[in-house]
Amino acid sequence: MDADFRLKGGLINRRKPLDFSFNGAGLSGYAGDTLASALLANGRHFVGRSFKYHRPRGILSAGVEEPNALVTIGTGAMADPNIRATVAELYDGMVARSQNHLGSLEWDLLSVNDAFSPLFGAGFYYKTFMWPAAFWEKLYEPMIRRAAGLGALSGQDDPSRYDKGYRHCDLLVIGSGPAGLMAALTAGRAGLRVILAEQDFIMGGRLNAERERIDGMPGAEWAAKACAELTAMDNVMMMPRTTIYGAYDHGVYGALERITDHLNDGEDGDGGDQPRQILWRIYSRRAVLAAGSIERPIAFGHNDRPGIMLAGSVREYANRYAVAAGRRVIVFTNNNDGWRTAHDLRSRGVEVAALIDTRSDIDLPAPAGVRVIQGSAITDTKGRTRVRSITLMSGEELACDSVAVSGGWSPTVHLTCHHRGRPKWDASIAGFIPAGEIPPGMDVIGAAAGKMATSEALQGGITAGTSAARDLGGKTVKMAMPDCEDRAFGIDPVWHIPSSRARAWVDFQNDVTTKDIRQSHLEGFRSVEHLKRYTTLGMATDQGKTANIPGLAVMAEISGKSMDEVGTTIFRPPYTPVPIGAFAGRGRGPDFMPTRIPPSHRWAEERGAVFVETGLWLRAQWYPQPGETHWRESVDREVIATRSSVGICDVSTLGKIDIKGADAGEFVNRVYANGFAKLPVGKVRYGLMLRDDGFVMDDGTTARMAENHFIMTTTTANAGGVYRHLEYCRQCLWPELDVALISATDQSAQFAVAGPNSRRLLEKIVDDGVDLSNAAFPFMACGAITICGGVEARLFRISFSGELAYELAVPARFGDALARVLMQAGEEFGVTPYGTEALNVMRIEKGHATANELNGQTSAHHLGMGRMLSPNKDFIGRIMAHRPELTRGDGIRLVGLKPVDPAKMLSAGAHFLEADAPSRASHDLGWMSSVAYSPILNSSIGLGFVKNGYERMNSTVRAVDFMRGTDIEVEITSPHFIDPEGRRLHD
Amino acid sequence: MLINHPLLGPRDAAEFTCFGDASLLLRPDPGPNGEPDQAAMDAFHDYLHLRDNPAGTHQELWYHEQGDRSWLVVTRDTINHSIIKVELARNVKARNLKTREGAG
Repeated sequence: MDADFRLKGGLINRRKPLDFSFNGAGLSGYAGDTLASALLANGRHFVGRSFKYHRPRGILSAGVEEPNALVTIGTGAMADPNIRATVAELYDGMVARSQNHLGSLEWDLLSVNDAFSPLFGAGFYYKTFMWPAAFWEKLYEPMIRRAAGLGALSGQDDPSRYDKGYRHCDLLVIGSGPAGLMAALTAGRAGLRVILAEQDFIMGGRLNAERERIDGMPGAEWAAKACAELTAMDNVMMMPRTTIYGAYDHGVYGALERITDHLNDGEDGDGGDQPRQILWRIYSRRAVLAAGSIERPIAFGHNDRPGIMLAGSVREYANRYAVAAGRRVIVFTNNNDGWRTAHDLRSRGVEVAALIDTRSDIDLPAPAGVRVIQGSAITDTKGRTRVRSITLMSGEELACDSVAVSGGWSPTVHLTCHHRGRPKWDASIAGFIPAGEIPPGMDVIGAAAGKMATSEALQGGITAGTSAARDLGGKTVKMAMPDCEDRAFGIDPVWHIPSSRARAWVDFQNDVTTKDIRQSHLEGFRSVEHLKRYTTLGMATDQGKTANIPGLAVMAEISGKSMDEVGTTIFRPPYTPVPIGAFAGRGRGPDFMPTRIPPSHRWAEERGAVFVETGLWLRAQWYPQPGETHWRESVDREVIATRSSVGICDVSTLGKIDIKGADAGEFVNRVYANGFAKLPVGKVRYGLMLRDDGFVMDDGTTARMAENHFIMTTTTANAGGVYRHLEYCRQCLWPELDVALISATDQSAQFAVAGPNSRRLLEKIVDDGVDLSNAAFPFMACGAITICGGVEARLFRISFSGELAYELAVPARFGDALARVLMQAGEEFGVTPYGTEALNVMRIEKGHATANELNGQTSAHHLGMGRMLSPNKDFIGRIMAHRPELTRGDGIRLVGLKPVDPAKMLSAGAHFLEADAPSRASHDLGWMSSVAYSPILNSSIGLGFVKNGYERMNSTVRAVDFMRGTDIEVEITSPHFIDPEGRRLHD
Repeated sequence: MLINHPLLGPRDAAEFTCFGDASLLLRPDPGPNGEPDQAAMDAFHDYLHLRDNPAGTHQELWYHEQGDRSWLVVTRDTINHSIIKVELARNVKARNLKTREGAG
């Protein structure tokens, strides 16, 4: 059986009844309903409480402009707050709740705010909660946020999936009303690639809401026929349920497509294999904005009661959804459009108690049996949770259960403002029309351009489609102008009823009244930008779609200016709210960034390695053995095993750049601060790289594999930055050099094989004829070899640990196998895999700098490498590296540090102070950059920068760490804690 | 924003990293090797730290980091983001070098 307020006809599917609930009450509607239309069909107007005063609010509109009817839809983790009931497509089993009340909707405890409304006017927060400042964060803000609010988030992870996509077209048509459909038809027939985007779930726009005929058929039927033709075209893509929310540069538009929001996917959010929503980036050559217009209310006393709606929406509910807004409707208008509503309601059998027009001497045909009152207005209304009666200027009171208000229509210019276009006032329609810098390539047509007649809309579509076809190489098509009925547009802009003494709302969502605007004017906030911010007019989630123009008009009236002079604020994306989840797309949790795994990852997993994220890389941090309960046990064991026999470590993450070309040697020589020109083939050299501002950028080793072929390594962290820098040097500074670069980091798997038995281990896997003796392959040698019976490899005799050590590289696909081969071959030596933690311990023991020391604020002199700056060439950073501050003798120097009391632990980040100095920044002597526990020295050791560090050698300072609350005495030493002469390297 | 890459055609700006004022191409003459003189220091100071950031037409360096790794010189109106010209930085630099030699 039909619900109480359901009429005949409409575009709903009566064969598909749907059950839903609102605040626990079971109700029913039909497929084709929105939540709002289904609620109205059941006689429910009162659906929410207002933002500030908690006044009962009803459904105002039938579209995206809705300021009042914000509800929470869904349960559990799927609960989605602040959904406009007017655009929520009804589905079977929908669970909807009202929001922003304490206690029940009917008896909201916070409605006490309304009684104190004189206190809550414009600027209330700024004036009341100023002092004491400390109260703001702890008391005022939480209190206000609790009382003045919207819906609440579920507090759970969003279980829905979102996606992103890219689409391309010649012509993007935004809006599928008569103008948009005609533009799409014209461009589609001309063979252009067209995307037609419509935010509604059915195409046709206003044609679905009206009774006027096009080409002899009802508008909705004509629209359906046009859509059928468009759908059949291969070159046209129809995108219903898609909002174009932003106009970006060069024809790029942001679009949100709602894929499963109209389906019941329960609490788990399992929408099958479909994402909930897709955020599209649409690349268009041209765009047509046919977004229509939005009706606005008139500010009269207590115009916010449930049952008081926009007239065009009342008409849309009757015609499209077959729903009567009430049993006794009063229409209040300042323009011809209100008369249409009265006619349509009458013809559908709804009683219209009165048609009140603010204008006099209007000679329009009156609907039969309707009392027409001209030259009057509503001054006040009554009714707590539903309007019960209205009062006319004469004082006469008229009973009603619904009021349909039309204050005229505002072109939907939002997207034309996204490039800072500032709309201009058009007095003939009493609305702002697009002007200024509208997005290049965008044509605005139909009501969005202020062309209010259907014929103008259709003609605008033909013109825009034809011009796009002409400019973009489409076929020439002859379009016949459809027959249509136009309604004469006439308006006498009345924005508010000055004789109303009661509060009159302009912004329903942010609870802004005409009184607030008057107060704003009185206090000097008169420019539109000030008015907006002081009163919060138009700053709610609806961006003032119904509120802005009436608000500005009231300001114009109060200040005695024209609308031209007052002007308007402009709009930013998004046109309607876009969920954060849609912007995130799939980039959530572990997928926020890609994860890079080194070639031996699976092998390390098998060995139970503990992993650490270093940038995007996941690296083995240590390899716990059975019985080890603390990470230090594992790391100490790995260090001792490596230093006493042999250890292996995957170092594939180091950046590798392959450099070739006749000028490769010259290129490398210019980008490193130390000399590289004379590096012989078959040798590796440590290289120090500066930025051109003289600070150290990175370091690494570079091997000369052939006369014109180098392999450079970088630190793991800087691999991308160094590559970019080298490309900059190559392309922007020295294009004359014959050199080519390629990032080779992912191409090879590279293992450090370190420790006194490293040579013996490698000798077991290299092929016959590869001589690893110290004479044949000394420290800093490199070469291409083969291993394991013909696998091509590169061997570098370099050492980060300070031991006799090698790095062995093979094609990345052999990385896993190489790890296993090394373990097998090393079994007799007790070979031990070690992770990044042991690697770090050993490099600190050896005094090697890494990212902690090369932090972008240290110079070669600071690092003790001042003498490496070559005097015999120009190189990047040479000039500025000589700045006095970077070279001064009493500047910071990299030193080693040990606690005087060996039981104490150093901490990285500690700052150094003299024993008797106050703990203030002005006495700062430097900082601890790296610390580790050395199982070789049985002591905590560190590297750090100390002012005049070399002069202070063997003296003590305090290491003060405010974060960890420690203050200990430390001894300054050489940074080379083990083997300072480097004998092991040369063994 | 779309950048019309001279080799690859129109590409989304998200593939690029912007490095601002293209005057970075004009690295000053560093003078003789070894310790620099004050003039060189001053020239490098200006080169490194003084950049234009005009409201209007501007030449910028863009690096096609998520693409072919070309450095481009993009002439762009910073007010309305219209792109007037896109060139390979290496070609611009080569032209600069020629002019400098010609002038010298």
